[in-house]
Amino acid sequence: MSDPVIRCENLGKHYTLRHAGVRPGYRTLREDLLHLPLRLLAAWRGGGREEEFWALRNVSFEVRSGEVLGIIGRNGAGKSTLLKILSRITAPSEGGVDLSGRVGSLLEVGTGFHPELTGRENIYLSGAMLGMRRHEVRTHFDEIVAFAEVEQFLDTPCKHYSSGMYTRLGFAVAAHLRTDILLVDEVLAVGDAEFQKRCLGKMEELSRNGRTVVIISHNLGIVQALCSRCLVLKEGRISHQAAATAAVQFYLAQGAISEETNVFRLPSSTDPRQAVIKRIEVSNWDATPNMLSAGPLQLVVDCALAAGHKGASLLLGVYDMLGNRVLFLDSTVIAGFSFAGHGNTQRVTIRLSRDFALRPGSYALNAALLVGGRIEHHIQNACRLEIAPGSFFETGRAPDSPVYVRQEWNVSTSA
Amino acid sequence: MTVVSPPPLVRIRPARGWLGLRLGELWEYRDVLVMLATRDIKLRYKQTALGIVWVVLQPLVAGLIFTVIFGRFAGLPSGGHPYVLFVFAGLLGWNLFAGILQRAGNSLVAESKLISKVYFPRLLIPCAAAAAALVDFAVSLGVMAVLLTWHGVWPGWWLALLPAVTLLTLMLAVGISLWISALNVRYRDFMYALPFLIQVWMYATPVVYGLELIPERWRALFSLNPLVGIIEGNRAALLGGGDAVLSLLLIPALATTLALATGAWFFQRVERDFADNL
Repeated sequence: MSDPVIRCENLGKHYTLRHAGVRPGYRTLREDLLHLPLRLLAAWRGGGREEEFWALRNVSFEVRSGEVLGIIGRNGAGKSTLLKILSRITAPSEGGVDLSGRVGSLLEVGTGFHPELTGRENIYLSGAMLGMRRHEVRTHFDEIVAFAEVEQFLDTPCKHYSSGMYTRLGFAVAAHLRTDILLVDEVLAVGDAEFQKRCLGKMEELSRNGRTVVIISHNLGIVQALCSRCLVLKEGRISHQAAATAAVQFYLAQGAISEETNVFRLPSSTDPRQAVIKRIEVSNWDATPNMLSAGPLQLVVDCALAAGHKGASLLLGVYDMLGNRVLFLDSTVIAGFSFAGHGNTQRVTIRLSRDFALRPGSYALNAALLVGGRIEHHIQNACRLEIAPGSFFETGRAPDSPVYVRQEWNVSTSA
Repeated sequence: MTVVSPPPLVRIRPARGWLGLRLGELWEYRDVLVMLATRDIKLRYKQTALGIVWVVLQPLVAGLIFTVIFGRFAGLPSGGHPYVLFVFAGLLGWNLFAGILQRAGNSLVAESKLISKVYFPRLLIPCAAAAAALVDFAVSLGVMAVLLTWHGVWPGWWLALLPAVTLLTLMLAVGISLWISALNVRYRDFMYALPFLIQVWMYATPVVYGLELIPERWRALFSLNPLVGIIEGNRAALLGGGDAVLSLLLIPALATTLALATGAWFFQRVERDFADNL
C-alpha cells in the first residue's frame, strides 16, 4: 500500500467568542479604541469575558493515494472547518497537516465567477483561482465547454445564464482540475438529478485515475456510493472512523439518541446584563434522555438574570412537525409564578403531569424569557424532542390517538 | 519513460511569527494575479456606460477645476509652467497613488467571498488591484501627452525619470495598501476613514500648489512626506527639469523600502486569519 498523501495530526482550531451576537474576529476600530482602557483593566485584573470555542480538536487521520474519504457529521460538527484547514483557507490553531501532491479544493460551484464576465472569460478566471495554469485551461477548454453544454453562450455574460447553466459551467471547470488531491464540499447537492449523476460519474473517474478525494456531505447515499472510508465528526472530534457503510450506520445510530435532540445550549457567553436562556434540557423525570410517549417528562431551563431583573417569566411552546402548537407552557398564567435574578443563574424545572402524554414523534421546542412582560430572549427551534413510542399509561400499548389522556373507565349497569 | 519529480509537499501549521514571503508560491500563482487584474480592468470598462471616456474625463475635469480655482482665482504660482500642465503633472502621480490606496485598500474586503472559498496567496489581491490602477494611469498619461503637445512643451531627457518615479509610486502605494487592506479586514470601519485620510494627504502634498509656496524653514520638514518627492519627480520628468529633484527622491525611496518591508511583514502575519474575520 502506498504512503499516506494526507497526514493530519492532532489538528485543532479554536475561535475566541466575544459577547453574543458578534461574529468572532469582527471588530471595529472605534470599538477597540473605546474599549481599550476597559480591556487593559480586565487584563490587569486577570481574565476578560472572552471564551474559547474549539471547532475542531485532536483530529488525526491519514488518507492514502487513490482513496475517497467521506466526512459526515451534523451541522456545526466541524466538517467545514476541517475542509477549510485542509484547503488552506484558514489556519489551524494547533497540530498540522501534510499533503503531498497538488491540492485543489471545490468549496462552491463557480469559484471566482463574475456575473458581468462572459462564459469564456469566467472559465479562465475560475480555472486560475482553482490553481490551473493558463495553458492547462486552454488544453481542456473544449472539454469543459462540452461538459457544461454552453457552446452557444460562450460569449454571453454569465448573469444571463440560467442557474443550471451556471452550475454546470462551474462544475465543468472544477472537474478538469488535474490535481492529485481534491477536496470537495457538498457542491453535488445542487443541480438537477441528471447533472448530479454526471458529477458523481466524474468523481468516480477521478478516484479510478488514482486521485485522492476528500468529500464532506450530508447526503449519506452519495457518501456510501462514492467513498471507500468515512470519518464521523461530532463536536469537533472524530467519533468514528470506518468503511463508508459502517460509518454511515454508526452515524445514524448515534443520531437517534443524540444529545442535541433534547438539549439547547446558548452557543456563546453573553453580556452579563442581559436576561438570557442559557440552557434547556428536556428529559425523563430521572433526567435520562429517552422519552417515551406517556412517560414522565421534565423540562429544565437555566436562565441568566442580572440583579435588576424582577418579574421574569418563561414561555415554552411545543410544536409538531407540521408547525401546529400542541403544548404551551406559561409560567405566570398557568403556574402563577415569576422569578427574579440575583446576578446568577436561575434553574426552572417544569414537570409535566403523567396524566397527559405527547404522541410518539418529533417535536420542536420554542422558548421565550420575559422580564416585566417584555420579551428579553426568544429562541425559535431551541431543540428537537424525540418521543419514542411507549407504553400507554402502563398498559403496554400505544393506541393511534391524537391525544393521550390518562383515563378511567367504569361500567355500571343502570337500573 | 518520464521522470517523475517528487510531489510538492504542502505543510499546514498554525500561523505564528514570520512565515516568510514564499516568493516561489507567488510565482506559482502568477496567473491569478493576471486574471484578477484583467478582470478588474474589464469590469471597469464594461460596467460604466461611458467606459474609457469616464477614465479620461475624470482627471481632466478635476485638472480643469483646479486650474480655474487655484490657477486663476487664487493665482497660485506654478513654477513658470502653464498652470494646467503643472497641476495635471501633479495629479498624474497623485491619482496613481490614491487610486491604488483606494482600490487595493478595499480589495480584500471586496474579495471576501473568494477568500472564504479558495486558497491562493492573498498578497496577490491588493497587487492585482494596483495593477488595474496602472491602466487608468496609462490613459491619463495619454491625456498628458496631448496637453504637452498642445502647449508645445517637451521635457527632453528628463522623461527618462518617469518610469523610475512611477515604479517608486507603485511600490510605495502597494506597501501602504498592504497595511490598509489588512487593517480593513480586522477593523471594518477603517474604510470610512480612508477617503478622509487620502483627502488630507492630498492637500499636505504639493499637487495643486508648488513646493515654493512652503516657507523655506518648513520645507525640510514638509518634504518628509514621501509624496512631496514623488510629485516633484513627476513634474520634473514631464515638464523638464527641477531643482534638486534627485535629492528629493531620497525620502520616497526610503519610505518605499520601509512601507514594503513592514507592509509585507504585517500582511503575512494576519493573512491566514482573513477567512475567519471576513
